[in-house]
Amino acid sequence: MWGRIRALAVKEFLALLKDKRSRALLIVPPILQLLIFGYAATYDLKQVPYALYNEDPGAAARDLVAMFRGSVHFREAANPTSNAEIAPLVDARKVLLVLHIGPRFSRDLLSGGQVSFQVIVDGRNSNTALIASGYVRDVVSQFNRQWSEQRGLPGPPAVIETRAWFNPNLESRWFFLPGIIGILTLLLTMLITALSVAREREQGTFDQLLVTPLRPVEILIGKALPGFVIGFTEATVITLIAVLWFGIPMLGNLATLYAGLAVFLLSSVGVGLMISSLAVTQQQGMLGAFLFMVPAILLSGFATPIANMPRAIQLITLADPVRYFLVILRKLFLEGAGIESLANQFWPMAAIGVVCLSFAAWLFRHRMY
Amino acid sequence: MMRAGTLESRGGAGMRLRGLVRKEFLQIVRDPSSIAIAFLMPVLLLLLFGYGLSLDVQQVAVAIVVEQPGADTSDFASSFEGSRYFAPIVMPDAKAAERALADGRVDGIVRLRANFAERERRPSGAPVQLIVNGIDANTARLVEGYVSGVVSAWLVRRATEHGIEPGASVQVDHRVWYNPELNSRNFLVPGLVVVIMTLIGALLTAMVMAREWERGTMEALMVTPVARGEILLGKLIPYFLLGTGGMLFTVAMATWLFRVPLVGSFWLLFLISCLFLLVALGMGMLISTVAKNQFVAGQVALITTFLPAFLLSGFIFEIGNMPPVVQWITHLFAARYFVAIVTTLFLAGNIWSVVVPNALALLAMAVIFHGLTWVNARKRLE
Repeated sequence: MWGRIRALAVKEFLALLKDKRSRALLIVPPILQLLIFGYAATYDLKQVPYALYNEDPGAAARDLVAMFRGSVHFREAANPTSNAEIAPLVDARKVLLVLHIGPRFSRDLLSGGQVSFQVIVDGRNSNTALIASGYVRDVVSQFNRQWSEQRGLPGPPAVIETRAWFNPNLESRWFFLPGIIGILTLLLTMLITALSVAREREQGTFDQLLVTPLRPVEILIGKALPGFVIGFTEATVITLIAVLWFGIPMLGNLATLYAGLAVFLLSSVGVGLMISSLAVTQQQGMLGAFLFMVPAILLSGFATPIANMPRAIQLITLADPVRYFLVILRKLFLEGAGIESLANQFWPMAAIGVVCLSFAAWLFRHRMY
Repeated sequence: MMRAGTLESRGGAGMRLRGLVRKEFLQIVRDPSSIAIAFLMPVLLLLLFGYGLSLDVQQVAVAIVVEQPGADTSDFASSFEGSRYFAPIVMPDAKAAERALADGRVDGIVRLRANFAERERRPSGAPVQLIVNGIDANTARLVEGYVSGVVSAWLVRRATEHGIEPGASVQVDHRVWYNPELNSRNFLVPGLVVVIMTLIGALLTAMVMAREWERGTMEALMVTPVARGEILLGKLIPYFLLGTGGMLFTVAMATWLFRVPLVGSFWLLFLISCLFLLVALGMGMLISTVAKNQFVAGQVALITTFLPAFLLSGFIFEIGNMPPVVQWITHLFAARYFVAIVTTLFLAGNIWSVVVPNALALLAMAVIFHGLTWVNARKRLE
C-alpha cells in the first residue's frame, strides 16, 4: 500500500513542480505577498494629511497648532485661507482632516470659557475617519491639560489611563501579520489542491487512475501529501519572516504552532480536494476555489471582527476553518496561549478536514462524467 | 471583381465574428459555471459580505468595577448602559474582571479604584483605569475612544449637578463629510463591488484562451480564415456582456438592499464600471494567453486577483499610509483606481478631480492589457 502511495505522491509532486512557471508560482508569491501585505495591512495611521485654516493670530492658537505640527500622526498638507478653499482639498483627497480655528479662539479661551474649534473629517472610509478623530482628541486633551497646568488651574477631576494587554502600543500590525500567515497558507493549499483532481478529470487521466490497483483512500493520501509538505515548508518560511523581519512577538510554543498548522492543513487540503473532486472541468475547479477562498478569508475575522457580524453570518463562520486558525495564530503569537485553552479551535478544524476528505474520497468513484 | 471580393470579405468578417461569438455563447450555456460566475457569485458574495463585514463597534462587553461604591459614583455603571456601544457587566472586584478579560468574556475593564473620590480632589485628578485586550488593536482603540466619551459625559453631568462651572478648555466640533453617521457599511459595500467585479472579470476570461490551447482547438481555429483580432473580440464580447449583467446586479444590490447612498451619477458609475470590466477581462485574457495552460492560468488568477484587490486597493487599508515602495506597487492593480472612483461616486458625488485621473489610469491599463494580449496572441500563432 505504501509503495503505491509513494508512487502516486511522487507523480503528484512532479505534476506540480515539473513546469517551471508552476514551481515559481508556488515559491515566490507567498514570500513576496507576505512582505507587501505585511506593510500594507495596518489600521494605524501615520502622517495623516491635514489642512490648517487658522484665522486666529493669538498665542493659544499658535500653541495648539504647534502640537499638531509636533505630532508624528499628522502632516500639514495645505493652508487654505478661506472657507471656499476647503471643499476642493477634501474632495480630491489631498487632506483627510481640516482644522479650522476661528478668529476668536485665543481671546475666548483666555476669558475662561469653553471654546470649540472645528474639525472636518473625510468620512469616505469611516474607520480611518474614526481613528484620525481619535488622534485629534488625544492632541486636544493634551493641550487642555497643558493649558490648565501652566495657569495653575485645576485639571479635569478624572483622567483615563489605558492599559492594553498583549499589545501594549496597540499596534495593529501585530494583529494583522499572524492573520496574513493564515490566509497565505490557505491560498497556497488552494493553489496546490483545487485544480489537481479537476485537471485529471478534464484530461481523462483520472479514469486511468481509477482502474489502477490504487484504492480511493490511497489516491486521497497521494493527492493530499503535496499540500501538506509544501504547506508546512512555506508556513515555516513566512512565520520566520514575520518574526525576524517584522518583529512580531512569538510567545507561544512551536509545538502548538505546528499542531495548529497540521490541523489547519488537514481542513484546507480537505476543502481543496473536495472542490476539486466536485469539479468536472478546471474552470469549475477555479470557480469553486474562489467561492470558498473569498468568503473564508473575508468572514474569518481577518479584517473585520466576527463579533460585529449578524448572528446568522456568525453561524456560517463556524464552518470556516480559517476562523479557527486565526484565533490560534493570534493567541499563540501575542498571548502565548497553551494548547489546552485552544482546544476549542482545534476540533472544529479537524472535523471539517475529516468530513471534506471523506467526501472527496467518496466522490472519486461516484462522480463520473 | 476586386470590389466584389472586398465586399465579400467585409461581410465575411462580420459573419466570422458572429460565428465566434455564437460559439462562445454556446460554450457558456453548456458549462454553466460562467453564468454562475457572472450572476450567482456576485449576489452570493455581496449578500454575505454586505451583511457580514462591519467595523462598527456595537454592544462591546465591558466589565465595570467600582471598588468603593458611594454617592459620587453610583451612576457610573448606568452611564454605560445608555450607550449603544457598550453592554456593561458590573463586577465586584478587579480579579473577577481580569479573569473575564483573559477568558474573552469581556473586551475591556473600566475600573474606579477605592480611593477615586479622595483623589478626585487633588489637582492631578483621579485615574479611571481602562484595560483592553490589545490583540484586536483597532477594536481596542475604538473602545478606548467610546469609553472616554462616556466618562467625560459622566464627569460633565456630575459637575453641573454640583453646580461647578466647567473651566477653560477646548472642545472639538467634529464635522464628518460624506458619511455623517460613519457607517462602515457605506464604504465597505462599494469596496466589495470592486473586489467582486475583479473576480468576475478575471474568472470569466482567465481560463478561456488557455482552454483552447490546451484542448488543441486553437490550432483548429488558426487554420480557418479568422483573424487574431476576431478571435480576441469573439472571446471578449460575450464575457463583457455577461460581466455587465453581473455588475448591474451588484450596483442594484448596493443601492437598494444595502441602502448605500449613490450621490454621484449612475451613468458615470456605469461607464466607469464598464471600463474597469474591460481592464479586468483584459487581465484575464492576458493571463490566459501567456499561460497557455489552464492549471498555470488558474494559479496566476488566484494569486493576482483577490488578495491584491482586497488588501492593496485602498478598500480597507489606506494607501497613503503604506511605505512608498508598497504604494508604488499598488499602482499595478486596477482595483486601486476603481476603489477611489467608486467610493467617491457613491458617497461624495461627481468629483472630477478624483474621477478623471483614475479613469485615465484605468483606460491606460485597458489598452496595455488588451495590447499585450494582442501581441502575445500573434506570437503564439506563428
